[in-house]
Amino acid sequence: MDFPLFHLDFLGNRLLIALIATLHVVISHSLAVGGMALVAMMERKGLRDSSWDQIAKKTLFVFFVVTTTVGAMTGVGIWFSASLVNPTAIASLIRVFFWAWFVEWLVFVTEVVMILYYYLTWDKWTGDRKRAHVQLGFNLALFSWITMVIIVAILAFMMDPGSWHQSKNLLSGFLNPIYLPQLAFRTPLAMVMAGGAAYWVLCFVKVDDELRSKATAFIGKWILGWLPFLLLGSWIYYQVIPEAMKAHMGVAITTQEYISWYKSTLYTIFGAVGSVAVIALSAITFKKLPKLVMILPFIFLIGLMGMFERSREFIRKPFAIGGYLYANGIRKDDYPLLQKEGILAHAPYVSIREITPENTITAGRELFTLTCTRCHTVTGVNSVTDRFKVMYGAEKWEPQKISDYIAVMHQARTFMPPFPGNEKERFALATYITSLQNNPEKLEGVQSHGLEFNAKDESKVPASVQEVNQ
Amino acid sequence: MKTPIPHDIPLPLPAAEGFLKILLVVSFIAHILFVNLMVGGSLFTLYYQWKAKQKKLYDDLAQFIAQTITVNKSMAVVLGVAPLLLINVLYTVWFYSSNALTGIAWILVIPLVAIAFLLTYLHKYTWEKWRNQRTLHMSIMGVAVLIFLFIPLIFLANVNLMLFPDRWSEAKGFFSTLLIGNVFPRYFHFLAASIAVTALFLVWMLKTKWTASYKTLLDQRVTLAREFYKIALGISLAQFFFGPLLLFTLPKVGLSGSLYLAIGCGVFFAAFAMHLMAKEIKTLTDTQFAQRILPISILMTLTVLFMASGRHLYRENALASHKEAVRQKTEAYQAKVKEAQLAASEIEALAGGGNRGQKLFQSCAGCHAKDTRLVGPPLTEIAKIYEGNPAGIVAWAKAPGKKRADYPQMPPMTLPDEDLKAIAEYMLGSH
Ligand code: HEC
Ligand code: HEC
Repeated sequence: MDFPLFHLDFLGNRLLIALIATLHVVISHSLAVGGMALVAMMERKGLRDSSWDQIAKKTLFVFFVVTTTVGAMTGVGIWFSASLVNPTAIASLIRVFFWAWFVEWLVFVTEVVMILYYYLTWDKWTGDRKRAHVQLGFNLALFSWITMVIIVAILAFMMDPGSWHQSKNLLSGFLNPIYLPQLAFRTPLAMVMAGGAAYWVLCFVKVDDELRSKATAFIGKWILGWLPFLLLGSWIYYQVIPEAMKAHMGVAITTQEYISWYKSTLYTIFGAVGSVAVIALSAITFKKLPKLVMILPFIFLIGLMGMFERSREFIRKPFAIGGYLYANGIRKDDYPLLQKEGILAHAPYVSIREITPENTITAGRELFTLTCTRCHTVTGVNSVTDRFKVMYGAEKWEPQKISDYIAVMHQARTFMPPFPGNEKERFALATYITSLQNNPEKLEGVQSHGLEFNAKDESKVPASVQEVNQ
Repeated sequence: MKTPIPHDIPLPLPAAEGFLKILLVVSFIAHILFVNLMVGGSLFTLYYQWKAKQKKLYDDLAQFIAQTITVNKSMAVVLGVAPLLLINVLYTVWFYSSNALTGIAWILVIPLVAIAFLLTYLHKYTWEKWRNQRTLHMSIMGVAVLIFLFIPLIFLANVNLMLFPDRWSEAKGFFSTLLIGNVFPRYFHFLAASIAVTALFLVWMLKTKWTASYKTLLDQRVTLAREFYKIALGISLAQFFFGPLLLFTLPKVGLSGSLYLAIGCGVFFAAFAMHLMAKEIKTLTDTQFAQRILPISILMTLTVLFMASGRHLYRENALASHKEAVRQKTEAYQAKVKEAQLAASEIEALAGGGNRGQKLFQSCAGCHAKDTRLVGPPLTEIAKIYEGNPAGIVAWAKAPGKKRADYPQMPPMTLPDEDLKAIAEYMLGSH
């Protein structure tokens, strides 16, 4: 509420973050955390059988180029998009986790230097130094894993801040109950995904047949070796997701219309893991895979991970930081005040402070921007217009009915936060929404139409400050 | 002041403010050094590749410089994370506001830079393969250079806009923000610095073992180093135009004596460095190769340190009054928040009695009314179905089925069993 609000009415703000973050997580898990370990393993095999060196280097080349371009930039992109989509959430997280992120950064700098060094010295550290080079590869893998160890703490914290509410310090964030289970899940996932990614490389590079079949079988073994840990990790993880969050799982994995498909989705997960296992097994037995089959494990695993990330994001709703900050960017503590005096009375960037019959729709639009746009659009993805169409069909919408619904929407749909304004504002919002039934007009964010504010506010600056400012 | 005052987030800074500010200035210098080398390197690569038509030596030189870009760009990105984190934590209100106001451009940084990076790799690894398609090969770097030239403008627009909250209301999209403050003088100052820094970096590279495998370059290193020194010196001279231009176009709000002092110190060290560069151009030989490059680099680093500190002082001055206003407003707001919380908990305590079922029914009231159809069927209809069977309502509410064709599906209600039971009794009892 305190920041000018960026809004993408077509894509939706959540989807913007989701796209960037998913891409980053796929790359960092599979190509960095798992990938470096796999490459180092292959390079180690090269100590005895030098033909391995060729495939190891080619795999590293692809992993290296992708991680240092798209991987690195999407990592930064998570910050950029979070600052646009939910500035209050990311700002609060940074204040609490600053030192964790700072340490993460130091490890990350080390990781980048090491990966540059590892790649650029591949052909230089030969003979006696080759062994040291292999060691460098394993150290690099370890550092990549440590970056994950830190970032998972932050992710786990967002889902369940544990005792942080009381003590508000860093350590309590790390000690929260979801931390280790998430790590137990993500580590083997990264390893298995690295195998899937290595199969892609194997599809597209030129190597002789003998090496290709050796590599096919080896990657198959790598995948198969890690799969049981992946299943175990997901089971542990599922056990500890707090009960309240678990209740949303059906909605999280698909959308609400498909709650009943929840079970079959679960079967799909097992299906994906099962088929990866079968492919890996045939790779080991036949030492050969058709290209079309070779690219499948990575796709299945990306799907699995995407589903997992989506449910992780989803199950912490209605909160951005469990129990502290709602996903609409408003702190839980602020609710009593805002629900009494109104959010329009306290948000800085609104043009309307007093709702009148003439300005009701404009006020409603501003309220929509403040309270719904972090998750809904007007005309695009997860549009509020569609949501109400599903509820009311062709029937004529009525402000009073919609207002009554908004009053209880957080109980009807527990993934939505309660409406943070007062009754008059709720009705204004409902009036605006009603106006959308027949002409759903695209809603613009501050990045295109600029700031809106009330002319009266100009004089609200404390006098002492105005003096300083002249 | 023309824009309203927002509230800050009510969480303490993770460390002493002064300490974080020093970290910001220092980590920013490390970041900007590699950004300079990345931008300057791509300009040099393109320039020498273009000149390679006349002289084969320049092709080797361009290829050599291209090798450095891909390393420097990785360092530039990773070293940028710390100052980003610090500016986020220190200037939350101001930085995020300018991010939002330039939103589209801000988020475009991500895909654009990723593309530019991929292009630099493509360019680097197709050097031999596309030797005969010079235009194609050069245009790859050309596109990367265009991107590298555009991106700094986005960053500058942001760090500039955040300094002038009273002008935020003028921002209507990224391009309009370029006209607030003095973005362009800053931009040219930055570009010139990139070229000068890269030229000195290349002299240094000619001195190290990195050039060992480029024999043609080594043979000509005196000529080349002289050329680089001349570029560095010429551009540094040009900074005596861009620098004052930047300083005199700065909006008055942040100007102060200490700012002039910091800039003055920076200029002093720069002048000294330029003196040494001039000497080098005269005395450079293969046996006494680039002996002053170390003192020159140290002096230039000091220059950058003072300039960056000056920039920081300006930022602090420019924001001082707005910051104070935000602090006061946040304090007042938090006091109100506490008050309202207290009042709310008292009301809740008072209302402890009353009809539990009726109150809890609010969870369902959005969709069920007494005798009209809302989203779901009216209570009169439900009461008929579940007469004397409240447990049936509880079971349904926990896991609703899909019954009526012309209704949407009801979502499962996540309330404790005893609450649902109270609701069910209320639903049945009220008719
Ligand atoms: C935390 C994010 C979030 C916020 C904030 C939010 N919603 Fe939602 N809302 C959702 C999600 C997710 C869905 C379900 C989408 C789906 O079915 O796929 C939803 C569904 C809905 C539905 C359909 C509910 C039903 O029973 O079918 C309506 C209506 C709705 N939202 C209105 C609003 C309004 C009005 C606001 C602002 C006051 C709002 N929402 C704020 C996330 C949010
Ligand atoms: C988001 C809107 C919504 C909310 C909130 C809601 N319901 Fe419903 N309810 C419906 C709809 C829609 C139906 C009709 C579903 C159908 O027939 O397929 C329904 C049907 C019912 C029925 C009739 C079942 C039958 O066997 O015909 C009962 C009982 C019921 N709801 C109880 C509740 C209770 C108790 C609550 C609150 C704890 C509640 N509902 C909250 C939408 C809602």
